[in-house]
Amino acid sequence: MSLAARATALRMIACETCGLVLRTPAGAADLGHCPRCATTLHRRKRDSLHRTWAYVIAATILYVPANLLPVLYTTQGFDRSSDTILSGVVELWRYGSWDLAVIVFTASIVVPLLKIGTLVMLLVTTQCGSVWRRPERARLYRIMEFIGHWSMLDVFAVALLVALVHFGPLARVEPGGGIIAFGAVVVLTMLATMSFDPRLIWDAPEKDPSRQ
Amino acid sequence: MTAAPLIVCEYCDTVHRRAGLTPGDLATCRVCGGPLYRRSRFDLDEMLALTVASAIVFVVANVYPIVVMESQGVTTEAALWQMILTAWDSGIAAVAAIAALTVFTFPLLQIALYLYVLPGLHAGRAPKEFSGALRLLQQLRPWAMVEVFLVGVLVSVVKMRSLADVTPEPGLWAFAVLTILLTALGSFDLRELWDKFEDARA
Repeated sequence: MSLAARATALRMIACETCGLVLRTPAGAADLGHCPRCATTLHRRKRDSLHRTWAYVIAATILYVPANLLPVLYTTQGFDRSSDTILSGVVELWRYGSWDLAVIVFTASIVVPLLKIGTLVMLLVTTQCGSVWRRPERARLYRIMEFIGHWSMLDVFAVALLVALVHFGPLARVEPGGGIIAFGAVVVLTMLATMSFDPRLIWDAPEKDPSRQ
Repeated sequence: MTAAPLIVCEYCDTVHRRAGLTPGDLATCRVCGGPLYRRSRFDLDEMLALTVASAIVFVVANVYPIVVMESQGVTTEAALWQMILTAWDSGIAAVAAIAALTVFTFPLLQIALYLYVLPGLHAGRAPKEFSGALRLLQQLRPWAMVEVFLVGVLVSVVKMRSLADVTPEPGLWAFAVLTILLTALGSFDLRELWDKFEDARA
């Protein structure tokens, strides 16, 4: 299948804010501003791969304390227990409701891991100029863009528990450092997703099948 | 010139010719399958109504407590802001700030920006700061998380059941309604507004 016409090949550019399609002057490095909405024009997101790598690496580093450190301490009578993200899910499964546990497991464990893994895969394949499974990679990117913020679920739940459960010294919930790291991981992976330019997936030159 | 005849897929840079859509339809890219543009189910009238409704429900959601809890004769009830402030004081200021921004500030800003942009367009005028307002609206989209907060409330309520009796309050229902309203508003393709803007300016 031959590729449909791409804006870069046709010397066209679309404004990222208002979508206006413009002709670009030949050989110009500075594209100026969109005549309709004044947004600075770029062919691709600036420094997309470098920025995405930086956010992904930061997220990966913080992923360790986010999962190892407790996210909350619960005092009930003379009993004091601590929960990590994972043990919180297990507890929700055992004593709460299994359906919510599935949602939290997906949002807090599966999605962040999948996001980091997917971003690394996208970065590596893009840097190699790979044409491997481009439609699937493109879809993976869009799914990630769509579900990324749901990982904030646990952050909200912990904030609420901490704020609401303080019935004197015998029944209270206190936050652990893990939740701050976890919140940072979610924000960083969201920033990484936004910095990655999915058009780069399609910028790799198509291999000519007659020459192989 | 209304409705530019060309559109470029923002996911793969493929150039497409625009075709007319029926309300509620979504055009997708032939190459990568990404969404190109959609035609909203709602017209400007209905958008404006949704925005005003969101503004009212937003106030209700923030004034009334979300849940009330009782344990050992002690009752705690908390609205969103009390929760955020208590979380701030408990040593998780960063988490409290994230919650304040994504559940309060950003949704509020979205509603305010729609209230700024829509009445003018509706009257056939082009608001002065239209471009800036639309750019901000576009950037805010991924960071407003009322729907995630709502599920977060659900999770914390289930976890609290072993410690206290929890009853939902009007604030919780208001947040549920706000989620629906903001989702409906969010289904609107902002690029449709750019076409209306061109019409108003012409």
